Amino acid sequence: MAVMNIIQAVNDALRLEMRRDPSVLVMGEDVGKFGGVFRATVGLYDEFGPDRSIDTPLSEGGIIGTAIGMATYGLRPVAEIQFADYIFPAFDQIVNELAKLRYRSGGQYTAPMVIRAPCGGGIRGGHYHSQSPEAYFIHTAGLKVVMPSSPADAKGLLISSIRDPDPVVFFEPKRVYRGRPVEGRITPWDQDVPEGEHTVPLGEAALLREGRHVTLATYGAMVHESVEAARLVAKEGLEVEVIDLRTLWPVDVEALVGSVKKTGRFVVVHEAPRTCGFAAELVTLVSEKAFLHLEAPPARVTGWDTPFPCTLENDYMPMTPRIVDALRRTARF
Amino acid sequence: MGSSDSDDLFEVIGPDGSADPALDPGLPQGTLLAMLRAMRRIRAIDARMMMLQRQGRVSFYGECRGQEATPVAFAFATELTDWIFPALREGAIMLVRGFGLDSYLAQVYGNDLDELRGRQMPSHYASRSVAQVSWSSCIGTQVPHAVGAAWAAKLRGDRTVTVGFMGDGATSEADFHVAMNFAAVYRAPCVLCCQNNHWSISVPSDRQTASSTFAKKAVAYGMPGIRVNGNDVLALFRVASEAVERARSGGGPTFIEAFTYRMGAHSSSDDPSRYRDQRDVDEWARRDPVAVFERYLTAKGLWDAERGAALGAELDAEVLEAVRRVESHGPPAVLTMFDDVYAERPWHLEEQRQQIQNEDQRGEDG
Ligand SMILES: Cc1ncc(C[n+]2csc(CCOP(=O)(O)OP(=O)(O)O)c2C)c(N)n1
Repeated sequence: MAVMNIIQAVNDALRLEMRRDPSVLVMGEDVGKFGGVFRATVGLYDEFGPDRSIDTPLSEGGIIGTAIGMATYGLRPVAEIQFADYIFPAFDQIVNELAKLRYRSGGQYTAPMVIRAPCGGGIRGGHYHSQSPEAYFIHTAGLKVVMPSSPADAKGLLISSIRDPDPVVFFEPKRVYRGRPVEGRITPWDQDVPEGEHTVPLGEAALLREGRHVTLATYGAMVHESVEAARLVAKEGLEVEVIDLRTLWPVDVEALVGSVKKTGRFVVVHEAPRTCGFAAELVTLVSEKAFLHLEAPPARVTGWDTPFPCTLENDYMPMTPRIVDALRRTARF
Repeated sequence: MGSSDSDDLFEVIGPDGSADPALDPGLPQGTLLAMLRAMRRIRAIDARMMMLQRQGRVSFYGECRGQEATPVAFAFATELTDWIFPALREGAIMLVRGFGLDSYLAQVYGNDLDELRGRQMPSHYASRSVAQVSWSSCIGTQVPHAVGAAWAAKLRGDRTVTVGFMGDGATSEADFHVAMNFAAVYRAPCVLCCQNNHWSISVPSDRQTASSTFAKKAVAYGMPGIRVNGNDVLALFRVASEAVERARSGGGPTFIEAFTYRMGAHSSSDDPSRYRDQRDVDEWARRDPVAVFERYLTAKGLWDAERGAALGAELDAEVLEAVRRVESHGPPAVLTMFDDVYAERPWHLEEQRQQIQNEDQRGEDG
């Protein structure tokens, strides 16, 4: 066991996989010599050289397009998009090409690869260093979508993603890269992460807190705001079951439905905007599969339907007070 | 024009400050001094903002140290009705075009004085009042916009010219190639200017292209490509003026590569000592565009150390006072977050706005 933050855990996962499998490589803007603007690929250039730790030209479409070709040919690229906000120049390659290659070739061609992208707000990055675009990719058949909330999960999920036979979009919540919020302040991670081989299977949610009154599903940086909210309302006797989805798609539907059947109340928290956000899908799933168990309308606590603002980001994101509010309203309904 | 081959480097001012009379644009003294003042003003602002960033009073900053000549030359080579599409290093053009310093700095603070209403990260200046269009952060995306606006001006029969800026990294994005192609095919009245500052964060420009120059790319698209010393404000002024004139008179677009160097870090979030050799930086420091231009003015008898020091003190005081005024402003009101998403707020934003208003009231009640 070793204490690591999320960046170090990602770095560890990449290094281990590159050692284990010579077809694994990392590529992207500033990822090689420099080791990435967030330092996630640090040291890989020294250990594996410029052919496996690749500084590309500044083109997301180029990175993903060529990574698809590499993956089709038999390599395992882990492509970094420097910020999730910059994934859109590659959107065509991801949605029309990567996601559909297996299907359109009748299963003959596939492009197993991972796209890593730091996402989410909280670093005063404004519109273009803060977005949470997961819903676009969840909506696209053929992609798996993952977002860890902790160092151990980041490592275990990334290793599983690299080994997965399907393309995985792996979002990393950058606000909690180096620490998690404790009473509003980002405090360095002190979590032990297993050294060496450590996998977390895709498709399995984590139960972070048991409770019998309300089920709260969330992921990424909002896990920490949600756990804090659950802790606060526990003082009022409100017991919240907190589920960290970890893999967004395919989602662990059993964990959700099982929990809601027990609590009868359902709250989803995510940072992305509300309209057509992932919460809409989760609420629908739960409504379809546990309708007769519901005792309150499911609630969504999300970013607002505006572009992500810079100065007012803490009013934009669904922070603990807003979650507490939703938990109370749902419990009282 | 001294340069037609896209591999040549067009220069006016020599290392000793002398200028070839055949190439010198022969600007009046007042204009020359105004250009120097504009360059030094940008530098003074950058220095102060970087300092405030380190003190935690500003969240982020992208300085253009070493690259001041390009925005200043273009500000002087364009008319106020021409449209500017800047990237990270050219935002200060609007200052030279008369935009107020307080409002300009307010953008860095994102406070209630900021015309952009605190929506954007620092160093993303824009104002309709000086025809400087809002830049996102997404590299290269503004280049097709510059082309489209120019094309529109042409379709409307206006004499407006547009200038689209980018870094060398941006030339790797698809948008750059799309823009070059459309500009040439429709003979759009625009100037596309790439500041080749040798770096895209940590990636050197030879990773962005295998071409011997960036200017050369213009040839294949069917427009003139001109490579100019980006640290020589007179060379830039001349090249920019000719390109703007060509665009205005129906001669179509021009691509300009301004060959320069990023003297500072990529931004306040970057530490260039991790990836570049200090000796290169020192070497380029000798070609500092402000120093080069001061040598030229000194050789002409228009400048000396004393005047230089006085200007420095005056600009520092101006910036410091502006900072003091700007820092007295608070953040934009929370409810402004829901403005400008659409021309009018639809029901769902009304609902969300109401929700945050209720939260605030509850917060105040207890
Ligand atoms: C589409 C996109 N991808 C990545 C980034 C992250 N990024 C910000 S600046 C930068 C380098 C830009 O280099 P260049 O175009 O040469 O301009 P410079 O900053 O050197 O002036 C990168 C990769 C971005 N802003 N937009």
